[in-house]
Amino acid sequence: MNKQPGVIGIKLGCTQIFNDDGTLKRVTVIEAGPITIVDKRTAERDGYTALVLGFGERKEKHTAKPQLGYYKKANLTPKRKLKELRCEAEFADKFEVGGVLKLDELFQVGQKVDAQGRTRGRGFSGVVRRWSMAGQVQTHGTHECRRHGGSIGTNMTPGRTLPGLKMAGQYGDELVSVLNLKIARIDADKHLLLIEGAIPGASNGPVFIRQAVKTRKRKVGR
Amino acid sequence: MPGAPSLPELPDFRVGDTIRVHYVVERNGDKATTQVFQGVVIKRHRAGARSTFTVRKISFKIGVERIFLSHSPNIAKVELVSRGIVRRARLYYLRGLEGKAARIRDKKDI
Repeated sequence: MNKQPGVIGIKLGCTQIFNDDGTLKRVTVIEAGPITIVDKRTAERDGYTALVLGFGERKEKHTAKPQLGYYKKANLTPKRKLKELRCEAEFADKFEVGGVLKLDELFQVGQKVDAQGRTRGRGFSGVVRRWSMAGQVQTHGTHECRRHGGSIGTNMTPGRTLPGLKMAGQYGDELVSVLNLKIARIDADKHLLLIEGAIPGASNGPVFIRQAVKTRKRKVGR
Repeated sequence: MPGAPSLPELPDFRVGDTIRVHYVVERNGDKATTQVFQGVVIKRHRAGARSTFTVRKISFKIGVERIFLSHSPNIAKVELVSRGIVRRARLYYLRGLEGKAARIRDKKDI
């Protein structure tokens, strides 16, 4: 279970920034805030500890009545996106319901983070797109099988197609995490995170950024 | 895009102008070694933070083109030498010309 601190946000797109020595750094810009603590889950009431983060604004007329009551109780306006962030009780005590998360308190420049996003949906795709298969030659008499995957197995032994074979099917629209990306810059006033490298998902799509869960330990010399 | 680098002070030069680019090739503490590249701007690629411009010069009878990143901190200074009169946005035709044919009329009124 992830208990690392994190934020929800929107991927604005990719750009490049310069290091001090003039070399380039490719970054993805994330608008992560202002993030409001909408609610808290406590061990007494819910059986576990978590913060409920809210990002963006949602119009009141677009919010269902039961949800509106939930926000009214906390004296807040409806949010576009909600996410529970599991954490320890000591961490949750540092925040108040209705308070705002500050990016520079949660992250530091140079720190490793994980990014999670829903990739662009490509629908039911063939093997050339989905698995980068080469297909067949376009000429020399090829007919009706230019983008096929080729053979799917042998004859009598084992007499069946092995499970997990790469075939056509649904591609994209799945939750993908990219681990151990580096934070290049933080703009706490504008609520921006600049993260080195690419992050799954389309521009203006929701993403989740958290402190890295798997940090590679440096090997000790033998 | 928000978060993009801010533009350093570059003079207003256009395609066809002759410019002198002072480019930092080495930094050593406070000291910086710069080199000068003077030539005709044959292309300006205007793409926000990723903007570039291409400068062409003839060096020892060999055509040399160099692409500079407009926002690079390594560009110490850009001097405008002369304004040129051209009718195209990309001066690729200069590559096929040499000597007198590769000259560009310049505006005297700057």
